[in-house]
This record gives sequence, structure tokens and C-alpha cells, in this order.
Amino acid sequence: MPKVIVEVMPKEVLLDPAGKATARALQRFGDGEITDVRIGKRFEITIEGEITPKLLDHIAEVAKDVLSNDVIEDVLSIRVAD
Amino acid sequence: MRVGVITFPGSLDDRDALRAIKLAGGDAVSLWHGDHDLHGVDAIILPGGFSYGDYLRCGAIAAHSPIMSEVIDAANKGMPVLGICNGFQILVEAHLLAGGLIRNDHGTFIRRDQKIRVENVDTVWTSGYTQGQEITIPLKNGEGGFIADDETLKRLEGDGLVAFRYLEVNPNGSLNDIAGLRNARGNVVGLMPHPEHAVEPGFGPDTPAAMSSGTDGLAVFQSVLAAAVLS
Repeated sequence: MPKVIVEVMPKEVLLDPAGKATARALQRFGDGEITDVRIGKRFEITIEGEITPKLLDHIAEVAKDVLSNDVIEDVLSIRVAD
Repeated sequence: MRVGVITFPGSLDDRDALRAIKLAGGDAVSLWHGDHDLHGVDAIILPGGFSYGDYLRCGAIAAHSPIMSEVIDAANKGMPVLGICNGFQILVEAHLLAGGLIRNDHGTFIRRDQKIRVENVDTVWTSGYTQGQEITIPLKNGEGGFIADDETLKRLEGDGLVAFRYLEVNPNGSLNDIAGLRNARGNVVGLMPHPEHAVEPGFGPDTPAAMSSGTDGLAVFQSVLAAAVLS
């Protein structure tokens, strides 16, 4: 069955405590190349039937209204999985 | 007056809210998230807890639950609606209040008896306080950091829509020390601290008078009951 991938990230300006803690952990490895980590979300949405432009519009709508909160997050991408 | 408290999957302060209404002298009514029915209540409380395990975002899934279409309609018609902690997060996700709530800036869950100032008494949930009154009620959250863009923040401050502000300690990194908000009409109020945990001597925050004797939260529930008598 076809899948649509939606990626949501916290806004750049906001503090991301989980990302910051992960970055500090990663900095214990390597030679200090890693300076920052930001953690977002990836939704894999399974579709029955054909993926039409109308369906993608619908997914864009729920991505904006439900999967993300535009006060704190941005919808980064919506694409059909290979 | 009948005040309903909605139980969502993962609510955990719904019983305390029901008890607070009874102690204030109201009739407490349990409401269920999956119903499309407010059972004729005159006011609604969205309680604290972790609805849907805080999945997706705190309050996001609850904000789209069946009963919320009735709650949003009723709120827009002027019915008193109060959101406490997770309930505040639900109100924000339902766009009944502005801004957003994110993980505490220090990254950890916090529980403390929190001093706050009542910044606005022109609402049905705060009319029982005096303007600027300082109260202490419990606070307990992991994601209570209030944020909004500059323009929204300016509007909230300019229009007097900040209902409560943290004093002495900002426990979660909230912008402008904002602990609670109201809507323009004054019927919808949300706050992170828990007034329902400070309504009965013996079970509230410590005060200089006696251990656990703080009841500073009771006036929230008395306010809405008094508003019903006046209207």
C-alpha cells in the first residue's frame, strides 16, 4: 500500500531540550565535529487506493491542523514514499 | 449551578476538580470525552493529567476528541470554560487560547508550591480574587513553558489577557512569566498551576499558619458559581 511521509520540526527559534541533551551525549564521541542536534517527527501515513492531488491536499490540511502546531512547529515536507 | 469536568483517557485530576466544585458549593457533573453531549452543564472544566499519554503534542489529540466540538461551540457562545495544566494545553491546541506550551526549559518535570499573581479579575473564573492578589497553589508539569510570537505576546499584554503570572521563580521558562491566560470575552481561562489542589485545609500547600493549610485555589471555583448567580 502506498505511503505518504510527513516531516515536522520544532521551530528553529525554540529551545529543543531533547535535542540539546542528545547533542551533549554525541559530543562524547568523535572529535567535536557535532555541534547541535534537533529532534523532529516523521509520520508514515498508509493510504488505501491511489494517491491523488486531492488526497495530498487533504494530508497537507491535517498536517497543518493536527500533526503540527504552527505556534511551535513547521511542516517540513510532505512526499509520497518510494 | 452544574459544572462539568471532562475525563479524557489519561486525565488524572478530574476527581480533584469535581471535589473542588462540590467544596465551593456547586453540583459537579462527570463528562466523557467520547460523548457529543454536555449534559446541560453551565460551565466546563478540562482537568490536568496526561491525555493520550501526551502523544503527538500535549493536549493535541484531546483537542480533537468528540466532546470538544460541543465545548468549542459552547465557549464561543460564552459558557465558562477552565483548563488546568493539561486542560490549558488542550485549550491552546483547540485555539480557544493563544500561544503554545512546550517542554520546560530546564528539561525536567517540576513539582512545587508556586506563588502566582492574579493579573486579571474580569473573568468568570477570577472574579473572586482582588486585582494583583498573590496566591500559592501547587504546580506540576513537564511541558509548561508558555511561548508565543512577539506580536501575539504584545497583544496578550496590551489587551490584559494574562490572567496569572509566576512570582519569585519562573518554573518552566514561560515567556513574560505567564502562568495563565484568558480570552477576550473573559469566559475561557487556562493556567498551568492547579487551583483544585488547594481547596481544603489539610491537603493544600503549606502556609505560615499551618502545614498543608493553603486553600488559595478555592476562589477560582467560587468565582464561577458567583457568576452564575449574577447572570
